[in-house]
Amino acid sequence: MLAGLLDGLFNGISIGAVLLIAALGLAIVFGLMGVINLAHGELMMLGAYTTFVVQNGFKKLGEPWFEFYIFFALIMAFIVAAGVGLILERGVIRHLYGRPLETLLATWGVSLILQQFVRSVNWVLVVGISIFCLLFFGGLWILHRRSDINRIRNWVVAVMLPISLGIAIATSNFLSQTYKLAVTQPWFGAQNLDVSAPKWLRGGLPIGNFQMPYARVFIIALTILCVAAIYVFLQRTPWGLRIRAVTQNRSMSACLGIPTQKVDALTFALGSGLAGVAGCAISFLGSVGPNTGQNYIVDTFMVVVVGGVGKLVGTIFAALAIGTVNYLIGSGTLALLFAPIKPLADFFTFFATTSMAKVMVFALIIAFLQVRPGGIFPQKGRTVDA
Amino acid sequence: MLKESAGGWGLGARASNRQTRLIEVVVVVAIALLLIFVMPTVLSSFRLNLLGRFLALAIVGLGIDLIWGYTGLLSLGHGIFFGLGGYAIGMHLKLQIPPGELPDFMGLYGVTELPWFWKPFYLFPVASAAVVIIPAILAGLFGYLVFRNRIRGVYFSILTQAGVIIFFNFFNGQQKLFNGTNGLIDFSTILGANVSAQSTQVVFYILTVLLLIGTYALCRWLTSGRFGRLLMAIRDDESRVRFSGYDPTEFKVFVFAVSGAIAGIAGAMYTLQSGSVSPRAMDVAFSIEMVIWVAIGGRASLVGAVVGTLLVNYARSFFSEEYAEIWLFFQGALFLLVVTVLPDGIVGWLRNTGIQQLGRKQVITYPSLEEDPEVENERQNLGN
Repeated sequence: MLAGLLDGLFNGISIGAVLLIAALGLAIVFGLMGVINLAHGELMMLGAYTTFVVQNGFKKLGEPWFEFYIFFALIMAFIVAAGVGLILERGVIRHLYGRPLETLLATWGVSLILQQFVRSVNWVLVVGISIFCLLFFGGLWILHRRSDINRIRNWVVAVMLPISLGIAIATSNFLSQTYKLAVTQPWFGAQNLDVSAPKWLRGGLPIGNFQMPYARVFIIALTILCVAAIYVFLQRTPWGLRIRAVTQNRSMSACLGIPTQKVDALTFALGSGLAGVAGCAISFLGSVGPNTGQNYIVDTFMVVVVGGVGKLVGTIFAALAIGTVNYLIGSGTLALLFAPIKPLADFFTFFATTSMAKVMVFALIIAFLQVRPGGIFPQKGRTVDA
Repeated sequence: MLKESAGGWGLGARASNRQTRLIEVVVVVAIALLLIFVMPTVLSSFRLNLLGRFLALAIVGLGIDLIWGYTGLLSLGHGIFFGLGGYAIGMHLKLQIPPGELPDFMGLYGVTELPWFWKPFYLFPVASAAVVIIPAILAGLFGYLVFRNRIRGVYFSILTQAGVIIFFNFFNGQQKLFNGTNGLIDFSTILGANVSAQSTQVVFYILTVLLLIGTYALCRWLTSGRFGRLLMAIRDDESRVRFSGYDPTEFKVFVFAVSGAIAGIAGAMYTLQSGSVSPRAMDVAFSIEMVIWVAIGGRASLVGAVVGTLLVNYARSFFSEEYAEIWLFFQGALFLLVVTVLPDGIVGWLRNTGIQQLGRKQVITYPSLEEDPEVENERQNLGN
């Protein structure tokens, strides 16, 4: 009985840790800008793919180096995801502030593009996109120096877009016809990839009669580290102070001279980078594929909804609670617990699969929102309702 | 007092209103006659079936437009209601067997007795009522629990998205009850007629057209007049509606339930014409796609919802036949384009660029943001 509960607790914490690290970036971005980033899962997926690439690179370096590729992979995953996030914010989301529902749709579009991108990315595609960006944005940048740019801008775009697109497509076609399979073969393809953990992450820590896999322990440690780092960043640094100020009251912060646009961009990049780190972490739990991100997004959204806006502690509580409840129901522990009472046991047995446990958890979340619509730790004040 | 302000149209305005209404009715009837009498003779049976399915999807487009375009509730979970409608009629079709026997898939999973909730679906009237009533009740209940607590905006959207995943999981996981991933397939007869026969399919097609016209008329009726203005008021400034003494919750619950029922009808018609219903109808991506149909066509424009649905679906069937890989890129770009460049959709763009005959009044979706020139000016110049 006690062993069962302990087992449930550990598993719940380890599921909750994954949820927490995945939801952390989302919660910060949502708290600051009121924007739900539906491409968050895809940023995690990018982080996982970065880990895969880094792992392959370190395999070539040989055995002693390979053991420590994770640390490099974590950093790279952060940088890649943060970079993509920054482009996303500057290119799309910036134009949609104050229209959260449109932002949802736009980020969903981005997530579709990213999914298909990792499926079909190859040298041809990369070369084509780089040529297009070089011609189009380079041309715009050069023309930007002209003083009368605003007057002719639409014309310039209308002319340059088809020209650069045409040149890019022509070059890609030429490349693929000359070099054939060498350049047209997808890098990753649609199938799932396996990231092999280094030796010291395999195996497990025996706790009683039950084994805690080292990968899980590593994720828990990583999550604690990330939360601590974010806490210190938000509470002890000047930029953290600015982020908190904008979260509380955007217009007042702007009046006091805080560069809200920079704060937005920084926070979004930070949140995306955290998604990348989370992606690196989940790559040790199973194989990763283009749809990996989709499996996590809804759970992380629920963490944000239950946790409430703008408080780290709410996110932590919500992630751990959802993880634990999910495990307790899904593994059938509750069904065992209520074994003496027949109807209750039958009821919980019905929900004792991973997917059915989610059904139950969703019902519980809806019920919870009846009591606390603002989440566990709602933000106080009148500006929230604006 | 309210009557005065609502009825404050001049006599002339009323007369011209009646005239435009008459023109609209004539146009709609003409299109309906074209669809019903001309299309079956022109198109091959495959193309007709495709058109019928897309028209069924246009019904759900109208439902989405009703809650998103007019009331400002972005539901990312209409697949739930669409799927439930499909399953309701699908269960009836699976029960076209001698009494005492079980639908074929149940034998595979060792079910010996028909589950209790399947039993009412023996009767066609019950099944067809369930197509409307079950989604409506579910939508009403969900809406009540959510709107009651003033949960709205993005929160509402992601809750509906979670809901659709939950339903997907449920129907996907229950092999004994709903045949899991495969869903309900291999329909034989309905009311004694062979489901897959050409003549039956034409009847389904005509029924779809009629239901689409009916739904259009219903939405048109709901969105014009005082109720429609109230919906738009909720969309534009809910707090103000509340301060004026209305309870937005009731209206939102009602309109969400209506929209769910519409999606249920669409799901049933789609199932009849595609010959199967599976948990894929409750796929997250499919539900969000429904929103983009409406966005492309034009929010707050019922014609736009129908046009957008047909356009996007024909584009999809064209692209997936020719270049399947590009479709996702194209779809993603569509999402980006429609929110950044074409926020009012095609119909909205036509309205705004001077073709005044098509529309009457321009609808501003977020007046507090878009109408205030000072705010716009500051946003552009100060960079905040």
